[in-house]
Amino acid sequence: MPEIRVTPLGAGQDVGRSCILVSIAGKNVMLDCGMHMGFSDDRRFPDFSYITRSGRLTDFLDCVIISHFHLDHCGALPYFSEMVGYDGPIYMTQPTQAICPILLEDYRKIAVDKKGEANFFTSQMIKDCMKKVVAVHLHQTVQVDDELEIKAYYAGHVLGAAMFQIKVGSESVVYTGDYNMTPDRHLGAAWIDKCRPNLLITESTYATTIRDSKRCRERDFLKKVHETVERGGKVLIPVFALGRAQELCILLETFWERMDLKAPIYFSTGLTEKANHYYKLFIPWTNQKIRKTFVQRNMFEFKHVKAFDRAFADSPGPMVVFATPGMLHAGQSLQIFRKWAGNEKNMVIMPGYCVQGTVGHKILSGQRKLEMEGRQVLEVKMQVEYMSFSAHADAKGIMQLVGQAEPENVLLVHGEAKKMEFLKQKIEQEFRVSCYMPANGETVTLPTSPSIPVGISLGLLKRELAQGLLPDSKKPRLLHGTLIMKDSNFRLVSSEQALKELGLAEHQLRFTCRVHLHDTRKEQETAVRVYSHLKSVLKDHCVQHLPDGSVTVESILIQAAAHSEDPGTKVLLVSWTYQDEELGSYLTSLLKKGLPQAS
Amino acid sequence: MKLYCLSGHPTLPCNVLKFKSTTIMLDCGLDMTSTLNFLPLPLVQSPRLSNLPGWSLKDGNAFLDKELKECSGHVFVDSVPEFCLPETELIDLSTVDVILISNYHCMMALPYITEHTGFTGTVYATEPSVQIGRLLMEELVNFIERVPKAQSASLWKNKDIQRLLPSPLKDAVEVSTWRRCYTMQEVNSALSKIQLVGYSQKIELFGAVQVTPLSSGYALGSSNWIIQSHYEKVSYVSGSSLLTTHPQPMDQASLKNSDVLILTGLTQIPTANPDSMVGEFCSNLSLTVRNGGNVLVPCYPSGVIYDLLECLYQYIDSAGLSSIPFYFISPVANSSLEFSQIFAEWLCHNKQTKVYLPEPPFPHAELIQTNKLKHYPSIHGDFSNDFRQPCVVFTGHPSLRFGDVVHFMELWGKSSLNTVIFTEPDFTYLEALAPYQPLAMKCIYCPIDTRLNFIQVSKLLKEVQPLHVVCPEQYTQPPPAQSHRIDLMIDCQPPAMSYRRAEVLALPFKRRYEKIEIMPELADSLVPMEIKPGVSLATVSAVLHTKDNKHILQPPPRPAQPTGGKKRKRASDDIPDCKVLKPLLSGSIPVEQFVQTLEKSTQHPPVPFLLEQHGFSDIKVEDTAKGHIVLLQEAETLIQIEEDSTHIICDNDEMLRVRLRDLVLKFLQKF
Repeated sequence: MPEIRVTPLGAGQDVGRSCILVSIAGKNVMLDCGMHMGFSDDRRFPDFSYITRSGRLTDFLDCVIISHFHLDHCGALPYFSEMVGYDGPIYMTQPTQAICPILLEDYRKIAVDKKGEANFFTSQMIKDCMKKVVAVHLHQTVQVDDELEIKAYYAGHVLGAAMFQIKVGSESVVYTGDYNMTPDRHLGAAWIDKCRPNLLITESTYATTIRDSKRCRERDFLKKVHETVERGGKVLIPVFALGRAQELCILLETFWERMDLKAPIYFSTGLTEKANHYYKLFIPWTNQKIRKTFVQRNMFEFKHVKAFDRAFADSPGPMVVFATPGMLHAGQSLQIFRKWAGNEKNMVIMPGYCVQGTVGHKILSGQRKLEMEGRQVLEVKMQVEYMSFSAHADAKGIMQLVGQAEPENVLLVHGEAKKMEFLKQKIEQEFRVSCYMPANGETVTLPTSPSIPVGISLGLLKRELAQGLLPDSKKPRLLHGTLIMKDSNFRLVSSEQALKELGLAEHQLRFTCRVHLHDTRKEQETAVRVYSHLKSVLKDHCVQHLPDGSVTVESILIQAAAHSEDPGTKVLLVSWTYQDEELGSYLTSLLKKGLPQAS
Repeated sequence: MKLYCLSGHPTLPCNVLKFKSTTIMLDCGLDMTSTLNFLPLPLVQSPRLSNLPGWSLKDGNAFLDKELKECSGHVFVDSVPEFCLPETELIDLSTVDVILISNYHCMMALPYITEHTGFTGTVYATEPSVQIGRLLMEELVNFIERVPKAQSASLWKNKDIQRLLPSPLKDAVEVSTWRRCYTMQEVNSALSKIQLVGYSQKIELFGAVQVTPLSSGYALGSSNWIIQSHYEKVSYVSGSSLLTTHPQPMDQASLKNSDVLILTGLTQIPTANPDSMVGEFCSNLSLTVRNGGNVLVPCYPSGVIYDLLECLYQYIDSAGLSSIPFYFISPVANSSLEFSQIFAEWLCHNKQTKVYLPEPPFPHAELIQTNKLKHYPSIHGDFSNDFRQPCVVFTGHPSLRFGDVVHFMELWGKSSLNTVIFTEPDFTYLEALAPYQPLAMKCIYCPIDTRLNFIQVSKLLKEVQPLHVVCPEQYTQPPPAQSHRIDLMIDCQPPAMSYRRAEVLALPFKRRYEKIEIMPELADSLVPMEIKPGVSLATVSAVLHTKDNKHILQPPPRPAQPTGGKKRKRASDDIPDCKVLKPLLSGSIPVEQFVQTLEKSTQHPPVPFLLEQHGFSDIKVEDTAKGHIVLLQEAETLIQIEEDSTHIICDNDEMLRVRLRDLVLKFLQKF
C-alpha cells in the first residue's frame, strides 16, 4: 500500500527549529533546516541522526527545501550540509538565496565571536553550503528528478517566503512554511490554487488568535510610540533585520512625515541599508502598491530612519530604535534593553512572536525580574508592549488557506500543542478532513491510493464517449478493452487493436443451430413468416429479409431449408458468432417455440 | 489540429492553434511597417514637412493632394499613422480561449484583439513581458496622442484609387484593415486580461492541454511555449537567441521530442553579426562625437538599448568620451531603466549574481549616478535646459515617423557632422529616412538582431529533433535580395511546412492516445496474463467517467443480487441487449486434447440429469484441408476446427451447445 510519511525533527508541537521529513512515493524530502532560539546546546539543531546513523545523508534525501530566510527555518543548514554532510540539491527562492547567507553569517558571529562557541560552522562552510542551492521561481515547476517535482507559491511572510508543493505522480504534499493571508505595507498575501494535495502541512503559530484589523493594530502601535516619545521616553523595538523591520519603518516614516515629528528613529546594525537594497532589487516580491509605484518613489528609501551608533543609547532625550535580534535573546537589542529597562518612561514593543527561553518570551509572560548572565538580576521597569505584527496567518487565515488548497489531510507544525489541539478540532469539523499534529520524532503515516495513469487509444475512447452521451445511471455502460503492459508503458486499446498489435489472429467461434419447425409451406414462405414474426418481436433490432430468402437479425443469419425426410417440417439454420451469443441463443429458443399462426 | 495564420510578418507573428478542444492564439504581433507610408509627426511645427507639395496623378488630377504629399520622389500619406492588424476574419476571434505571449514585441496588437473581437479568454505572459510591453504601448500611445492630427486620410485606400498610386503605396496590403493606434484605456483593459506566468510553469487549460513557457534568451522575460497533452507536443519557438546578452539563456532541452515545432521570429538580418555591429556602432559613435557632431540612435525604450548602454559603459572612458552627455529620451525612459533592475530572476547568470551583493544588475545605474546618462520624458521641459552638444541621443520611434526622434532628424539632418545610427532591425533604414531626404547627415546601418540565424536554427533542429517543422514562407526560400544564398533558409527533413498570411494549415499529426486514470480498486481487480516475455495483457471492463476533460475508469457496479432460479429463467426471456460486448478470442484448439476432454466424463458443470456428463463414446475425427471435423454421431453434432475458427453445428440442444461452447472457450485466450 503506498503511503505518505511525515516526521517532524523540529517544529512538531513547537515553534523553532523547523525541519520536517516527508516520504512520498519513495522520495524523501526535507522541509526546512532551522535552529531553535530557545536552546544553545545540542537541541538547537534538528537531530539528523534520525535520518541515518551511518550512511551519507545524500543517499537518503532526494532534496531539501527552505521556505524562507528566518533562522528558525534555515539556521542549521551549513551544519547539516557541511558538518553532517549533504551534497544533494537545496531549493529556495532567489531572495531567500540572497539574504539567507547574510543572516547565517550574523548568527555565526554572535555564536562564535560573542559567545565563544567552538565547533560551530565557519564562514567558508556557509559559502560552500550556498553553492548547493538551486533557485526556484514562483510557480515554476522544478523537476528534481524524473518523478519528483516541486513548485513554489507566494507566502507573504517575509521577502521571498514561499510555500512549496511536492509532487510525485498524482500524489502531492503542500508545505506552507510561514505565511500571511493579509497583505501588509510591504508584502502581498499568500496564495495557492485549488491543488487538492493529499496532505497540507501548515504552520499554526497563531492557531487560536483571530487578529483585529491591521489598521487598528497600526494605529495602536503609532499611538504608543508617539506617547512615549512625547513624554521624553525611549522606544526599543527588537526586530529581525529583514521583514517586519521594513514594514514598521515604512509605517513610522509616513507617520513622522505627517506629524512632523523630530525625535530620531534609528536602525541598529549595518544591515539596514543592505537589507533595504535587497528590497529595492526584489520589488516583484513585494505588494501590488509598492510594485506599482516604485518607479516614482521607492518605499525603501527612508528619510527619517538613520543608522544607529552604540553611543546613541546613552544620549538623553526621546528616540525610537529598531535593534536586532527580535526575541531579545542576544546581540544589540538585548544590550539596549538592559540599558533602558530600569526607566519606566521607556517602552519596549515586541512586534513578533518570541520562543520559550528567550528574554522576549519572559517579559511578555509578565516576568519583571530577569536573571542575566553572571547571576545578575535585571529589574524591568519600562513598559512592555506586545503588538502582533509578525506576518503569520491567524486562525482565520489558516482556515482560509485550507479552504483554498482543499487538502485530503492537514498536518499542523510550528505552533504550541495546546493551541494546535483547538485548531485541529476546528479543521476537522469544518472541512471533514483528518488533521494531525505530531510531536518531534513522531511519524504520521497516511495511506494513499494513487490511480494508475494509462494511455487509452483515442478510437476506443471516442467510440465510448459517442455512445455514452445518454447517461443512464441505472445501467452504466461498460467500457471493454485490453490493457497492454509492456515495461512501464501501459496502454488501453480495443480488443481488435490488441490482437493486431500482438500479431495474433482472431479465432472465430461460430454456432449453427438447427431448429425444426412444423410448416408445410414452402421454405420461402416459412422465411417470410419468420421474418414477420421476428420483426414484430424484436422492435429494437435490425431485422432484414434478404433477396436470397434468408433473414438476418443484426448479424445473425437465419435460413429456411426443407427437411430431407419430412416434407411437413422445415429446418431453420440459425447461425451466429460468439460475439452475438446472447442474441443467437435467444433467437433459437424463441424460434423453437414455433411461429404464430398466420392470420 | 489546425493552424490559422493571421500575420504575414515572420517576426511579428499571430497564429491560432486549434489543439484538442482548445483554441490558442500564439502571439499578437503588430506590423508597424505600414507607418512607413505616412509622413512623420513632428513634435515641433516643421515648415519643411508642412510645405511638401501635394501629389497629383500623371494627368494632373490633384484630388488627392490633401491626403498625399510628395518628398524627394516618394509619396506619403499625410494622416495619423496606421498599423496593419492581424487578420480578424479568418477565424472567429471570440472563440479564442487563451493568448500566449512570447515577448514584449509580439504583443503590440493585443488591445485590438482583446477589446474589439469579443475575446473573453485569458492572456498568459511573463511579468517582464507585461511590464515592458506596457511601456512600449504607453510610449506608442504617447507619441501619437501628443501630436493630434486633424486629418485622417481615407480616400487613398479606395481600391480603385490605390491602383493608381505609385509604389510602395500601390502594393500595400490590406489597407482597408489598417487601424489607428489604440488608447491608453484600451491598453489598460487589454493588460488587465493578462495572467502572469513564470518559466517552466505548467498551466492547465481546461484539463485538456498543458502550456509551459520556456526561456528563449532573446529579451527580458521572453519565452517559447510548449503546448502539450499527454501524448502530443507542439513547440512554439518565437524570438529566441543563443547569444549571451542580458536575458536568461535559452532553454533548448525542453523543446525535444516535439511532434510539431512552429518556428517564427528568426533574425531579420541574417548576414549581420550582432557583435561586429556593436563594434561598428561604438566606433562610428565616437568618430562622430570626436569630430564635434551629434549622434542620434533611433531605438525602442527597452531591449538592445540595455546592451548598448552596457557597451558604452565599458567604452566611454577608453574612447575619451567621458565628457560627452548621453541622453535617453522617452516618456517611459525612467520606468524602463528602473524596471530593468528589478527583474533579477529573468537575467543571465552574471547579472543575477550581482543582485546577491546586492548591486543593481545593469551598469546604467552607475551611468545615471555619475551623470553620464540622463533620461527625460520628452524634449520639452528639463531637457531643453540641460541640452548640450555634441551629444548622443537615444530616442524613439525607430520608424522615424513619430516620437522625439522626428525632432532630432529635422534638427540635425542638415549637417554632415551628425550621424544617425540605426540599430533596430525592424524597419528598412532607407525607407525610414525617405521623408527626410535630401539629408546631409551621415547614416550608419548597424542592425543588431540577436535572434537565431539559419546556422543556429539548423543546429537547434538537429538537437531537438521535431517530427515536423512549420514556419512562415519567408524562411523556406532565400531572401529576395540574395536569391543565391541558399544557406539563408531553413533546411530540414522532412521539409518545413510553410504558411502565409490568411492561410489555414492542417498540421500533420494524428492523435492516437489520451490519458485515462484507472482507479486503484479497478486496478486491483485486473488479472494480467503474460503473453510474451515482458508483455502482459489484462482485459478491462469498467465504467468510464469523463469530467472536465479528464477520464477515469471505475470498477463496474456489482451485479444486482441474483434472484431466485425461476425468476432468472424468466429474465432470460427478455430480449438481450446486443450492446453487451463479448471478448474477442484468439488462439487455436488442440484437436487431440479437445477430443480427449470430450470423451472424459465431465464433472463441470455438474448437471446430474444430463447423459452427456459421462462423456461421448462415439466421437469421430476427420481431417480436412484446413483442419479437422469432430463428429458427435449420436448427437448429430459437428464441430469444424481450423487454425483460426471453430464452427459448432448442432441441433437445437442448448445444453449441449453451451457445454461445447464453454469447452472451446477454455482453450482460447480472451481479449
